[in-house]
Amino acid sequence: MTSAAEIVRQAERDDVRSRWLLSAPALLIIFFAAIGPLFVMLAYSFMAKGDYGDVRFGEFSLDGWFSVLFQRDIFDDTIGLADAHLSIFWRSVKLSLITTIVTLALGFPTAYFIATRPPHTREVWVFLVTIPFWTNLLIRTFAMQEVIRNEGILNTVMIRLGLIDQPIQLMYTDAAILFGMVYVYLPLMVLPLYASMEKLDFRLVEAGYDLYATRLRVLWRIIIPLVRPGIVAGSILVFIPSLGAYVIPRVLGGGKSMMLGNLIELQFGAGRNWPLGAAISITLMAMVMVALLVYVRNAARSGAQHG
Amino acid sequence: MRQKLMTATAATALLAFAGTAHADGELNIYNWGDYTSPEMIKKFEEAHNVKVTITDYDSNDTALAKVRAGGHGFDIVVPSANYVPIWVKEGLLLEARPDQMENFKNVDPRWVDVPWDPGRHYSVPWQWGVTGIGVNTKVYGADINTSAIFLDPPAELVGKINVAPEMNDVLYATIKYFGGDWCTEDKEMLRKVRDKLVEAKTKWLAMDYSVTDKLPAGDYSAVYYWNGAIMRSRLANPDIKFGYPKEGYPIFMDSVAILKDAKNVENAKLFMNFIMEPENAAMISAFAKYANGIKGSEQFMPEDMKTAPELVVPAEFEKAGEFLESCSPEVVSLYSRIWTDVQK
Repeated sequence: MTSAAEIVRQAERDDVRSRWLLSAPALLIIFFAAIGPLFVMLAYSFMAKGDYGDVRFGEFSLDGWFSVLFQRDIFDDTIGLADAHLSIFWRSVKLSLITTIVTLALGFPTAYFIATRPPHTREVWVFLVTIPFWTNLLIRTFAMQEVIRNEGILNTVMIRLGLIDQPIQLMYTDAAILFGMVYVYLPLMVLPLYASMEKLDFRLVEAGYDLYATRLRVLWRIIIPLVRPGIVAGSILVFIPSLGAYVIPRVLGGGKSMMLGNLIELQFGAGRNWPLGAAISITLMAMVMVALLVYVRNAARSGAQHG
Repeated sequence: MRQKLMTATAATALLAFAGTAHADGELNIYNWGDYTSPEMIKKFEEAHNVKVTITDYDSNDTALAKVRAGGHGFDIVVPSANYVPIWVKEGLLLEARPDQMENFKNVDPRWVDVPWDPGRHYSVPWQWGVTGIGVNTKVYGADINTSAIFLDPPAELVGKINVAPEMNDVLYATIKYFGGDWCTEDKEMLRKVRDKLVEAKTKWLAMDYSVTDKLPAGDYSAVYYWNGAIMRSRLANPDIKFGYPKEGYPIFMDSVAILKDAKNVENAKLFMNFIMEPENAAMISAFAKYANGIKGSEQFMPEDMKTAPELVVPAEFEKAGEFLESCSPEVVSLYSRIWTDVQK
């Protein structure tokens, strides 16, 4: 009943209000630029498609959602699974998973290397990791094309060295898409991994060795459990943009192997089926949400363990 | 691409330079990429004291979608023949009556009463060409005047073919390959078309643009693509030859039209009249290597274009070419499902 408690409560209320006010601009932007368009997409996915793209406003239709997974056979009208879409879904998930695994395999030692440098040089290494972000993604993708094409740097050097006599066909293969995605998304894996490893108490590692643990055992039982939040964060940061990749499969895949991003683009362009494009976009988002939920649950669990 | 980037950079630099003068007005052109002669634009800017800005698109549907969405700020658009009626029907074009303009007398009569714009009330010819076969004859030396080059490719070309990612052009050639007619709804025929394309695609390397760079460099050994780009490839590498698919090939013409919500209508009309002047039409062709529809422009064209095998259609193949009309929405949706099946 003392006034002290009330003062505290008042201060808390003020604090809450100023936090809301401070975050209001960001919240407004998120609402109008992210959540608003999402509702537009959702509404479009339930409308009938217009003849030349666009939708017929107010005309309710489930065709868009129906054709995400099913299709009427072009020729006899029987209903079957839309295997064109399923194989594109599968290719996207598969390539994104492989990208995540490869970037983890490459990023883990890199982050470990940086974290074990003396403190004043670490910044330089982190800085070097971020250099690719200085250049636009599209330009980096075309640069990569110059490296791996038949008359490109890689093949020319290998032919001059006599390692091969015919150029190796790298461009326009799934391997080229993978190569591109690993290159582009690697920093997104290294940075959160490094953030976790920097906090790693290396005395624990030494203690492990003192107790006669093998190197593998130290890695498996001490380092990996401690940097797990970084591994999960990095994997999510790589997996999600990989799922929606557009430019890389378009340029390095030669437009022959579509991923989800390209399928969506097709529906809004030459396919002239906006409701289907909207429905696929929302499906893609649902897939991303699932991945994020896994992350949040993981983070909560590891937070409970180490917090 | 390198070449394309360089052209783009050069064009931008030129435009930036030309635009510094006190222009009386502006003109915003929305056109296909790598398709507009920078010299011709510069000449127009100087003649009429207008600052021109060019924005690129890569497909008719992209252009249509963007303009329909509104707020684009463009004055001029250059849709392909079978798309012009859609633009008109959707109420996007201004009836600018180019047929009453001073230079309209120069338009080749062949291109006046065209099915997509009878009497030319909306549009004037920009460039026209055909979709055909380009082959590196060092790799494959036999007959190339057939769609079999990409539908039933010879062993030498398997895995080295690029096909233009254009639904209409690819479906047209395949339907003709089986003896069908464009816009056909014959399910048996379309099943064959789908199965053939799905099977043939496994033998292709890519479905991409940027042929002017990759065909001469040897990244592709054969393409199904537009004749002007293949001519540019031949100029860079004499081993490239052009073939007219005898089973049937599409003819296209892109036409310049003014948008209904254009802000610079007078300048746009000046531009329409300007490009019907033979000398200026020749500049357009000299850059992109496609024919234009303007009489008398030949005398201003570079020597190598007057006899180019890519541009002068041999008599025996003349009958095989056809303009693609736009099919009904039902047929388009059928075709785009086949196309998704092919692209998966």
